[in-house]
Amino acid sequence: MTLPVDMSTTLGNAWFPTPIFTASGCASSGKELAQFFPLNQVGAIVTKSVMSKPRHGRPTPRMAETPSGMLNSIGLQGPGIDAFLANDVPWLLEQKARVIVSIAGETVEEYSTLARKLRSVSGISAVEVNISCPNVENRGMVFACDPESSRRVIDGVRKTIGGELPIIAKLSPDVTDLPAIARGVVDAGADGLALINTVLGMVINIDSMKPHLGGKTGGLSGPAIKPVAVRAIYQVHAALPKVPILGMGGVASGRDALELILAGASGVSVGTASFGNPKALIDIQNELRDLLAARGFATMQQAIGYAHRDEA
Amino acid sequence: MATINKSAVQEMVTILSNKRVGAYHQILLNVGDIVKNCRPGNFVAISVGGDTSKMILRRAFAISRVSESSQYGGTMELIVAPHGSGSKWLCSQAEGTEIDVVAPLGTAFGIPTEPISALLIGGGYGSAPLFGLADVLKSRGCKVDMLLGASVGSKIYAPMEGKRSVNSLKIYTEDGSMGETGRVTENLLDIVRDRNIDVIYSCGPMAMLSAITALVADLEVIHQCAVEESMACGIGICMTCVLPVRNEDGSTSMLRSCIDGPVMDGSTVRWDLVGEVPEGTA
Repeated sequence: MTLPVDMSTTLGNAWFPTPIFTASGCASSGKELAQFFPLNQVGAIVTKSVMSKPRHGRPTPRMAETPSGMLNSIGLQGPGIDAFLANDVPWLLEQKARVIVSIAGETVEEYSTLARKLRSVSGISAVEVNISCPNVENRGMVFACDPESSRRVIDGVRKTIGGELPIIAKLSPDVTDLPAIARGVVDAGADGLALINTVLGMVINIDSMKPHLGGKTGGLSGPAIKPVAVRAIYQVHAALPKVPILGMGGVASGRDALELILAGASGVSVGTASFGNPKALIDIQNELRDLLAARGFATMQQAIGYAHRDEA
Repeated sequence: MATINKSAVQEMVTILSNKRVGAYHQILLNVGDIVKNCRPGNFVAISVGGDTSKMILRRAFAISRVSESSQYGGTMELIVAPHGSGSKWLCSQAEGTEIDVVAPLGTAFGIPTEPISALLIGGGYGSAPLFGLADVLKSRGCKVDMLLGASVGSKIYAPMEGKRSVNSLKIYTEDGSMGETGRVTENLLDIVRDRNIDVIYSCGPMAMLSAITALVADLEVIHQCAVEESMACGIGICMTCVLPVRNEDGSTSMLRSCIDGPVMDGSTVRWDLVGEVPEGTA
């Protein structure tokens, strides 16, 4: 007879009953998935990155399936922060869901403006600062590819939002020295890190003999990128063992989630897997609980970074 | 608590039969009580390739028709063109195979409360859901005319039993191998005028839907079309299947064809902007 595993986790000062979250951009604002499971049964709903103004996003085609993955090129389509805060957050809180709001901006100032609007919102657990969306017109806008830009965004958000709400900086794997960028945003005031955003990719249509996506490039997600996520989390956890990581990238099973946790993730976001299986979060959560129990873990938190245990 | 995907369920269902019909496969699924919430126009999203597949996304198929039989309970019929790797996999599945479906999804064709004159226009396998729709319209006392078009005769899907639910059926093929040579849009304006058509229901390639919309733009006729845009999820979370749609205030929004469609009012779709991004803020 094994005792039930304590699945709870924390990111900064925010507590969650389970470590399985949605991934921003893969669950909209939760309403679509609510038909398939009660949203309060998972750790948190991480909402789609919202900008200060409503936005159309990129032209279609926006999607290409690839072996064990897919490219997307949405370009941050969304209602804008005001409509989002008026409609989506109250609804999520009514469902008793825990909410992590993801924000994205085109400038350092836009992130600060978004942070100012969030400061007065009660009931949200944390803010994810998405500085790594690959689907923007100008790759120079991907703040997370540059240590100095990353720091400036996080510094602006930290100063605006004050000390209460945990800030999670979402980083890109498409960089040479990820631990250095991670260290920079932590020094600037990030309480946690979200690793990894999608990997920049391209598909060429061999009939048109041109890039298939309307935006030409897209973000690769799905099981194809899981080893990249595990590597990124492992590297960053080794460099910054005290900084909580919300891990993501191709998680489609409890085994995948456990891998990310062993690499150093305190929580695991499930993204693309929900496209193929609307109940993926629940299935993964149940499988993870069984896998932890089978390995003798009394708490999920004991497994965080466990793969590093024999290192000096 | 759900406000979107309200009647959708995810279930394992059994393939009752899988037959080749011309260029297509007619696949019959034993779906039980799911049929109770299926309406003409809805679609089903199916996992393909099995557990170890490299295909991670569901494939969306229009529900051709549903019925409740005493022998099998609720059954759902799909007409599938084996084009891509996912639909080929589905078409190769034997009777008795269990598959993972999410259904019903999306909007349905609006059914009039009055006995109106309806014109149903299908392109290729887009005709499949129109026969189920014809049954419903007929049972409401509507007059139902149908135009079907395809590039070649083998791509016309018009089952014998389906023909019984329409008052007239006219077939066009581009190579003249079946019916008249040409496209469904050939004499569309005359047909709409001569037969006093109140509502056009269409399903097929986007170019056909766009052409119908343009032809009837100045008429009083309502045009409900089922759009086809590639989807990753079918349930509204991936944001890939968007179409530019005109709002009442004249602005344009990128709407998801999975939850705001597939059935849309053709006159509101900005066909000229498909594949582009509307100007101005959203």
